Amino acid sequence: MDRVRTAPGGVRASARVLARGDGRGGTVLPVLEGDGPLAVRRTRGSGAEARVMLVGAMSGPLGGDHFTVTARAADGARLSVGSAAATLALPGQDKAGARYDVRLGVDEDAELNWLPEQLISADGSDLRVTTSVDVASGARLLLREEQVLGRAGEEPGRLTSRLTVRIDGRCVLDQELACGPGAPGGWDGPAGLAGHRAVGQLVVVRPGFATGPPAARVFEEGAAVLPLAGPAALVTAVAPDALRLRRLLDGALASLD
Amino acid sequence: MHLDHHLESSAAVSADARRPDGTRRALRIGLGGPVGSGKTATVAALCRALREELSLAVVTNDIYTREDAEFLLREAVLPPERISAVETGACPHTAIRDDISANLEAVEDLEDEVGPLDLVLVESGGDNLTATFSRGLVDAQVFVIDVAGGDDIPRKGGPGVATADLLIVNKTDLAPYVGSDLARMAADAKAARGELPVILQSLRSEDGVREVADWVRERIAAWTA
Amino acid sequence: MTRAALLVLADGRFPAGGHAHSGGAEAAVRAGRITDAASLESFCRGRLHTSGVVAACVAAAAALGVDPGQLDRAADARTPSPALRVAARRLGRQLMRAARATWPSPELDALASRFPKGAHQPVVLGLAARAAGLGPLDAAYCSLYEGVSGPATAVVRLLGLDPFDATGVLARLSDDMDRVAQEAVETGERVVTDGVDVLPARSAPLLEIGAEAHAAWAVRLFAS
Repeated sequence: MDRVRTAPGGVRASARVLARGDGRGGTVLPVLEGDGPLAVRRTRGSGAEARVMLVGAMSGPLGGDHFTVTARAADGARLSVGSAAATLALPGQDKAGARYDVRLGVDEDAELNWLPEQLISADGSDLRVTTSVDVASGARLLLREEQVLGRAGEEPGRLTSRLTVRIDGRCVLDQELACGPGAPGGWDGPAGLAGHRAVGQLVVVRPGFATGPPAARVFEEGAAVLPLAGPAALVTAVAPDALRLRRLLDGALASLD
Repeated sequence: MHLDHHLESSAAVSADARRPDGTRRALRIGLGGPVGSGKTATVAALCRALREELSLAVVTNDIYTREDAEFLLREAVLPPERISAVETGACPHTAIRDDISANLEAVEDLEDEVGPLDLVLVESGGDNLTATFSRGLVDAQVFVIDVAGGDDIPRKGGPGVATADLLIVNKTDLAPYVGSDLARMAADAKAARGELPVILQSLRSEDGVREVADWVRERIAAWTA
Repeated sequence: MTRAALLVLADGRFPAGGHAHSGGAEAAVRAGRITDAASLESFCRGRLHTSGVVAACVAAAAALGVDPGQLDRAADARTPSPALRVAARRLGRQLMRAARATWPSPELDALASRFPKGAHQPVVLGLAARAAGLGPLDAAYCSLYEGVSGPATAVVRLLGLDPFDATGVLARLSDDMDRVAQEAVETGERVVTDGVDVLPARSAPLLEIGAEAHAAWAVRLFAS
């Protein structure tokens, strides 16, 4: 079902982040590297946390590009990763699709907050995103993904985004959103997005959820808190635009505490 | 007015009379009948009358979710864990007759969770005169009509009126106010049902459910014999 | 291989509990998203290509003999809404009862003792198809058809929609069902060799959100 072929002429870029506890309550970054259009910078963190910013993502991905970002919070690290701006998927000259793969890992005594800005699927673009997270039991994760279908007043491009979360090797979430022209029928109908142009997910993994999972509930009509079959919860939300989507996700997240 | 008893009627069930562990399962009695005839009130009265002597539980089949179960909970006729609501997709007659899988699961779960049970009352949501229980679900069925629903119902018959193991004509206290002729109802019922019993009851009177409770006790005695 | 058994298994009157479920249609009707035959068709098409294709692939894989425990866990991961997981297991349990009575088989008995409170319905459906002498394509068709006929029947009751219009919707989905059923068999065969991770994971956000909203209603006509 992988319809996206990346062209040989596209840009291949990758970024890698490895965070480790320094043994004194802080977090160090033994690996922090990016090439091509993907750059990573350490920014000021708070307390024990190391904060990293993905920059330059504005320049792509274009059709034919293949980006890979890998981040791992190991050995007592507290790592928070954001992005300087939204990621814009744009059409390429050769009509080939683009790929964006994110591989995340969190060790048992570590914490990762993965909070990039929105992914915007521009008219004519064709992007396949895969996000795969491996979480050890005992680890903490907060992951946010937001997809915006088209820039203001624009038709969306084709976007397929798959999110897979494993805890202790066991898959607790596997979800794929496919939308835009050429996506399987009904994606924008009453079961899918029903005209909403922003859709987002939060994945929250906390060891405490094993014994005290959050209650399933709908949050302000457009979002739902969904305890998964494991010590994790998914917040899924749809909204007319990116601003209201973020507000829904923030509100639902706050309600978990 | 207890017209007759007919205990050897082949109320045999297709459902196995033994549970997987070999013990005898609870007797299951279904209560059906039109909307508003007093099924839930009869179930509540039966629970009050029998709960000291029998281990019992109730399954409701609502048109809307849990209305009847909520009533029984509010009335506190049984502890909440002994009341289970089956959702029927707006068609109680389907859930009690054509596709009994959800009801069988509710009954078995009650036996697992609060058992051993002597008796499970399975109440259908108010439905039409043709709605009857599957013999795969219940061992005996009671059809409840009331005098206010029209005194011609027994004459019109239908599977519920004609074939239920017990017909209850409820709310006899209302007969003078709604112009229903009790004697005619009893005679028509007798004609439609032959030897099958009919009980006229008013739950407003002291111990109004006694005759029906006695009928249930006899079924229990036959079941455990 | 018997074709008639397919009709028995696919019959809406097969006593496995489906009549009490709307497949999310009741929530969509209440939210004003299904109002007529056209919006019902769009709803069904969306369902077919998301949770529908996932269920069909699981059913096909189960019919091919893939371990039901692994398929059940994979179905859990692809069903984030707890209300939908509960509904899927409840329907699986009811189908298990009906199938064991209809086509007694050691595999179904083993499944029942492993999952006394029910496995995900498509897992049971695949094994029921096996027990009935049917193949993965039949299991996929049954799963897909149930996935759209349930909402269509429910909307007839909920909106008073003309039943001829609702049936027309199902007929117009035939080509999509044919394509997805083939795809499900191919995926099922890949699961046999490559494991459950190759199962699709397509999801429909409003089905998940709507299912949780629906589960919280005090008054509703359908169980899901």
